[in-house]
Amino acid sequence: MSLLSIQNLSLAIHGTSILKDVSLDIAPGEVFGIIGESGSGKSMTAFSVMSLAPTGSEATGKITLNGDDLLAKSEAAMCAVRGADIGMVFQEPMTALNPVQTIGDQVAETGIIHGLPKAEARAKAREALNRVGLPEDRFRMDRYPHELSGGQRQRVVIAMAIALRPKLLIADEPTTALDVTTQAEVIDLLKGLVDEFGMGLMLITHDLALVSGVADHIAIMRHGEIVETGETKAVFAEMKHPYTRALFAASSHEPERKGDVIEDTPVLEVQNLTRDYTLPRAALLAKPGHHRAVDGVSLTIRKGENLGLVGESGCGKSTLTRAILGLEPAQGGSIKVMGETVTADLSLATRRRMQVVFQDPYGSFNPRWRVDRLITEPFQLLDSPPTGAARDQAVAEALTNVGLGQDDAEKYIHEFSGGQRQRIAIARALIIKPDLIILDEAVSALDVSIRAQILDLLAELSDKLALSYLFISHDLSVVRAVTDRVLVMQAGKIVEEGETEAVFQNPQHPYTRQLIAAAPVLESA
Amino acid sequence: MIKALLTNWSVRIGGLLSLIFVAGALISFVWTPFDVETLTIKEKLQTPNLTYWFGTDHFGRDIFSMVMVGARTSIAVAIVAVGIGILLGVPLGLAAAARRGGLLDELIMRTNDLIFAFPSLVIAILITAVFGPGAVNAIIAIGIFNVPVFARLSRGAALSLWARDFVMAAQVAGKSAARISAEHILPNILNLLIVQGTIQFSLGILAEAGLSYVGLGAQPPIPSWGRMLAESQTMISFAPHIAIFPGMAIVLTVLGLNLMGDGLRDVFDPRLRRAR
Repeated sequence: MSLLSIQNLSLAIHGTSILKDVSLDIAPGEVFGIIGESGSGKSMTAFSVMSLAPTGSEATGKITLNGDDLLAKSEAAMCAVRGADIGMVFQEPMTALNPVQTIGDQVAETGIIHGLPKAEARAKAREALNRVGLPEDRFRMDRYPHELSGGQRQRVVIAMAIALRPKLLIADEPTTALDVTTQAEVIDLLKGLVDEFGMGLMLITHDLALVSGVADHIAIMRHGEIVETGETKAVFAEMKHPYTRALFAASSHEPERKGDVIEDTPVLEVQNLTRDYTLPRAALLAKPGHHRAVDGVSLTIRKGENLGLVGESGCGKSTLTRAILGLEPAQGGSIKVMGETVTADLSLATRRRMQVVFQDPYGSFNPRWRVDRLITEPFQLLDSPPTGAARDQAVAEALTNVGLGQDDAEKYIHEFSGGQRQRIAIARALIIKPDLIILDEAVSALDVSIRAQILDLLAELSDKLALSYLFISHDLSVVRAVTDRVLVMQAGKIVEEGETEAVFQNPQHPYTRQLIAAAPVLESA
Repeated sequence: MIKALLTNWSVRIGGLLSLIFVAGALISFVWTPFDVETLTIKEKLQTPNLTYWFGTDHFGRDIFSMVMVGARTSIAVAIVAVGIGILLGVPLGLAAAARRGGLLDELIMRTNDLIFAFPSLVIAILITAVFGPGAVNAIIAIGIFNVPVFARLSRGAALSLWARDFVMAAQVAGKSAARISAEHILPNILNLLIVQGTIQFSLGILAEAGLSYVGLGAQPPIPSWGRMLAESQTMISFAPHIAIFPGMAIVLTVLGLNLMGDGLRDVFDPRLRRAR
């Protein structure tokens, strides 16, 4: 007898078909993974189960929870189901909690809404918080979300979802916003809850590796349809559908690199760099304190070399990037690009040696400019920027280099998908032919298949143009696939450095070992 | 965007009301039913009729014509005052944001706080009292108080843009802070400025009416809504129409501009649009 049964669910929003004939069954005590790229309909499936699909949507088919038809229920009846029978965990723990309410009140709220007396609801909330690993002596009920870390907040969100012991827990990308080590802990917690309470868990994710370790059954979705479903091992072993194979290949994709172009000339030399932030004054006349975000970092990148920089959020990666780009002054040490010292007011001649590609393909462009103007912005750095036909030629060449058409120059940025935007960002970085490109989480926001394409593109360009990359990422598998050497950064310091394969196979520092152990691995079937 | 503007009811009604008064003001340059500077005492205090649509005042002047010409005064004062606010306030706000956390930022914003700390109408009265009443001094007085409004607004909006990746990309492209402010920041805060401009415009009309009411705005014989109200005060019990029409003009213009400001904000702000 299945706990949740979805039969032939189709969903249309204002006439646009979103889900087509989705059928799946989740048994009590089972982890069911739903995998898909953005826009595949995986979150909409979850929202349909909760009857939280956006206004204007029409669902057909059947969704039953323990035999109860959920689609037939009125909104009032669904309110009684949500929270009590079905719990939900969201992706972003930073926004899923109300910042002005204590964690105790927020966890107890579910109980109060479902008619429990206040004292009992608070008792249940305490119990749930204890269960998710936030014990009373360190995490009192009257603490506020801002006092907790991202992982701890996600635990609070999970406590809210399980406070009333729902039969079904839906987790929508519960660990995407978390660091790898925290991700491993949260997944362990969810798995433990499933075993202990006999809940069904619908785990929605884009990460094949993550799901391969925990899910009993999986369904792979594309364009609102389930293309393949079954027992996790069986699906991974057989991979009947071409899309499954493609997704699998993309997830463990390693771009081909010649890697024989590395020369001994250093492109970037960073010596003992320190970067302090001034903290706000504690009192009116008190001396403001300092936070050392980058602490004595030294690194060298040779011509044609890809250097990886790995670390979790808050370790100082981005601060280091801004210092190297000369956007913020350093408090100690030196940065040299092609032998020239980088300061906060560096010359155009030095600045044109390096460019940057950012993580968010949606925030990296002025929405009011056309592509040709966007990608020629770095021409500013040249002594005599090309004009007229020469400029158009350069634009066309840059766009062709990154696999876009020449007529894309006339379009606005909102006409492009995330992957295309990232290509445009690379075109912008390439157009003045720099020696060094800093890739700040440049593929982290992309779907796996797009990510594979961008990695291929980067590898190809690196070989063709003898470019050096500083590849900053929290994603170990990507760093392993594309870099020659890797640095591991923790709390502002470089704790380990070496050839990429050597570091991954034989990590020396305990933190590196912890990172590698925590990263989910996609076992080749 | 234009379609969204035209289907928004706040914009429609607010725009129509504002348009009526702007049209009235513009037409008054070439034609008014009667000359507003000619006194025809024998026609005094007529109630609204077919000849004098809004009636006449105690000097026999046509109130309809005076409301039309008064719109001219109000609009001129408000436009120039808002213009002063934008032309001074926006560059100051952008400069403060470009030097965020620095001395210039502190200097600009604390000066703004200082100006904000004074009750605006009282200072306007002070300025006109010291430099003499008149439309020009009223404009300067109202304009000064628009500066911190626009400076704060543009600094706040610019600060969030400075944290965006595309601005960092422009820095990496070697652009100066001034150029980034002009090319990247300003176009992206224009929506906010238009909305705020509409609202400040209506406040400017109110302020002008207030100053004229106490006799510190436009001087006779230039008609002004505020002074018309002040002059009607003693006759309100037996000739209420003298007060009603300029009063209505003020209320409807301010209402129209505020509605339009609200509507523009709804249309420009995608977050509000989605919530509807």
